[in-house]
Amino acid sequence: MSMDRRQFIKIAGISTVLGFGGTLGLSKLKDSWASEMLQSPEALNAKHWAMVIDVKKLTSEEHYDKAISACHRAHNVPNIGNPKEEVKWLWKETYEHAFPGMEQEYMPEGIKHKPFLLLCNHCENPPCVRVCPTKATFKRESDGIVMQDMHRCIGCRFCMAACPFGARSFNWRDPRPFIKEQDENKEFPTRTKGVVEKCTFCYERLAKGEMPACVEAVKDTKALVFGDLSDPNSEVRKILSTHYSIRRKPELGTQPSVYYLIGGEENA
Amino acid sequence: MYDSGKIIVGLLIFVGIVTFPFYYNAGKAVAKPDLKLDTPVIQQMPEAERKCVETKEFMRGGHMQLLNNWRDSVVREGNRVYVSSNTGKRHTMSLQNTCMNCHSNKKKFCDECHNYMVVKPYCWDCHIQPKEKEL
Repeated sequence: MSMDRRQFIKIAGISTVLGFGGTLGLSKLKDSWASEMLQSPEALNAKHWAMVIDVKKLTSEEHYDKAISACHRAHNVPNIGNPKEEVKWLWKETYEHAFPGMEQEYMPEGIKHKPFLLLCNHCENPPCVRVCPTKATFKRESDGIVMQDMHRCIGCRFCMAACPFGARSFNWRDPRPFIKEQDENKEFPTRTKGVVEKCTFCYERLAKGEMPACVEAVKDTKALVFGDLSDPNSEVRKILSTHYSIRRKPELGTQPSVYYLIGGEENA
Repeated sequence: MYDSGKIIVGLLIFVGIVTFPFYYNAGKAVAKPDLKLDTPVIQQMPEAERKCVETKEFMRGGHMQLLNNWRDSVVREGNRVYVSSNTGKRHTMSLQNTCMNCHSNKKKFCDECHNYMVVKPYCWDCHIQPKEKEL
């Protein structure tokens, strides 16, 4: 069969029109079932979630372990054992590593050797979000939580390079064998090999009207306070306006949402 | 035409190899997927409430779009409640918790069809599949 140019253009035109018709039909089909998706009524809401960690109130090792294991259990964080492949959402670090440049020789011994609880800072200006090529990491406009969409993460680890707080972990291997079966939280997924993960301020618990797992775990000490930074009457704002607090690496301008009280109120 | 004999023989061998799967499997019927909906949770429900979040017909063809929309809505927009356009009932959007709570028989409910169609979704690399209870 031979075809001249005129015929070819005719057929191409007709099939393009038919093609458009097809996609229109498809989009109509899609609308027919698109029903409403809502927030759950019991969800906790805030314009800017923040956490205050009162280091003085964390007096024993047990407090740290409780908070860390509550977090890691709730989110099926594996315990791989090898520091090079470590996955961590909430962890302990010394003052000089947590606040480099802010240490000095004659600071109180109690602070110098005290472990600090570190987690994702949920920065107001998060560098990880800026560098993510797939928008797998993004800041929720509604409440300021810096989220990680594990479905979209391609494991490029730009975010790990960009994060100045080392708050992100990469899954070098399948984490499943490293989660004990009795510790597994059946309501939360694990991760797969090749994605980055981090603390998400327990967005899944907030949606159910619960406080983050670490806050819940050390509730009796009142060392971790979680609340809305945009609300002047919230507990976090009250604490921050009456106590001196520090944040990690303020010189970088990322504006962390995690504040540390390191004591010194007696003379403040 | 030069070497026509060789070329034609070569072509015949090529066509034979390419179409081998078709005539090798011709006439052999592959068993149709045999889905089962009776899980303990579903059986406990009153007959009238045994309805999925959407119609059976829609779920058969469109569950993948629905799940995709659910995950975007939950993770990216923070919406977790789905109002069914079929029954108007509200459901929490969660593969691991909502879908698999009723359809706890993953082998019969998911794998049967996915294996038949040779579709390999990677949902279960992360989401924890339910422990199957024998009926």
